[in-house]
Amino acid sequence: MLPRMATAVSQPRVATPRHGATVRVTHWITVVAFLALAFSGYMIILTHPRFYWGETGNVNMKPLFRIPVPSSRDTVPTGYNYVLADENGWARYLHFEAAWLFVLTGAVYGLAGFWSGHFRRDLLPQRGERSWQDWLRALRGVKARDDGTHSYNVVQRTVYLGVIFFLTPAVIWTGLALSPAFNASFPFFVDVLGGRQSARTLHFFVSDLLVAFLVVHVVMIVLAGFWTRTRTMITGRADHERGREGV
Amino acid sequence: MSPISRRKLIAGGAVTAAGVAGLAAADRIARRFGLIPPDSGGIYGPGETLTYAAQRVVGKHALAREFPRGMISKTPFMNEVAPPTDAFKQHEAAGFRDWRLVVDGMVEHPLSLSVADLQAMAQRSQITEVVCEEGWSYVAEWIGTPLSAVLQEAGTLPQVRYVVYHAIEKAWWESIDMADALHPQTLLTWGMNDGDLPVGFGAPIRMRVPRQLGYKSVKYLTHLTATDSMKKFGKGLGSASPEGGYAWYAGI
Repeated sequence: MLPRMATAVSQPRVATPRHGATVRVTHWITVVAFLALAFSGYMIILTHPRFYWGETGNVNMKPLFRIPVPSSRDTVPTGYNYVLADENGWARYLHFEAAWLFVLTGAVYGLAGFWSGHFRRDLLPQRGERSWQDWLRALRGVKARDDGTHSYNVVQRTVYLGVIFFLTPAVIWTGLALSPAFNASFPFFVDVLGGRQSARTLHFFVSDLLVAFLVVHVVMIVLAGFWTRTRTMITGRADHERGREGV
Repeated sequence: MSPISRRKLIAGGAVTAAGVAGLAAADRIARRFGLIPPDSGGIYGPGETLTYAAQRVVGKHALAREFPRGMISKTPFMNEVAPPTDAFKQHEAAGFRDWRLVVDGMVEHPLSLSVADLQAMAQRSQITEVVCEEGWSYVAEWIGTPLSAVLQEAGTLPQVRYVVYHAIEKAWWESIDMADALHPQTLLTWGMNDGDLPVGFGAPIRMRVPRQLGYKSVKYLTHLTATDSMKKFGKGLGSASPEGGYAWYAGI
């Protein structure tokens, strides 16, 4: 257990551990759940790589767009003259199991985040750092402050909040709207999206945005030092604190 | 060992013990209220059980969405041709005159119904969406006899928990729990869009379970069996679907 207060007194440059235990544990569980969801989700799409708008859509109808990949069903015209193996059974089992892990872990993170002040302290853009100039400065890579506290800049804070409070609820909402039994209980979930096929198309786009976030997130971590940052998310301590171990 | 870590150890042990006891209690309650699906084993069992239990707790009696006539799909997709067996072709050529739907198992009065017998029992129609696990869908009007009316006629015994149903092709069989079997929208359909049910859509009799995906809506139905346990059917996983890698419960 890292003695928080003692650190603050003896070494003001590293006021608190970089990431709290709840953030770290839920982060890595979410990594596992999200990778399983993304992988199985794309596998599921292979059974019908066509997207529609409105309530209904099938191969007899004009799609909104198609993904130019082969399909695992011979009933789907793809332009390829071969059919992929059917992987949809386990992909669906995995998708829904991972979805439970994702949602339950997200609920723990969300409740703990409000309770501990994590969202307000670490992710809400700081007072006096919300202007367009601050955005431009952050995007150019200029640090707003260089006091060693490792605070996120306004762009990082806004993106994290967007992922946590918009994209994640949206991907859960659009996913639930694809369940016929869930829709029986809560029809407005699918109705407000404009119908079942609209929900499926939106689920695909929101998922793609989350995957895009993941790619950018990993690229930024590689640029910042992959092992250092990864270790920080495992141990909770920033790299330059390692010399203090055992204090 | 410092006092703090010992205290943490005791607290951690207490939390773990409470967790294990809680899970055991949850398992007993879930079994008692029929919240465990037949394919609850294996690595996907926990997710499958959570999904099935959650949907049974939240919306056991909820009605599937119904649509106005104007939303009936002009180009529904039939997905499969009729089973190309000689036996089926003979039935089709004879206008399904000799087709029989057998109802047996844990019932007081086993039945053998022709399509006309079924039509004479009760009728209901609904405009619902067929949703395939692949992602496509269509809306159609389905006309048929509620499964609950047939089960009532046969007199299911109180301990019945599942209704198993077979197509003329014996490898194609499914089952549903009593929440879906007695659900007012679960129909043994023989009509579609103001006409007879076309062969491509499952004539002469197709099960329609609109709160679940299309693969539970088995076509060319010949046999219903009421049972209190799925253990004696196939590999005991509930239907042919889990044996082929697909979930038994298809409400999602």
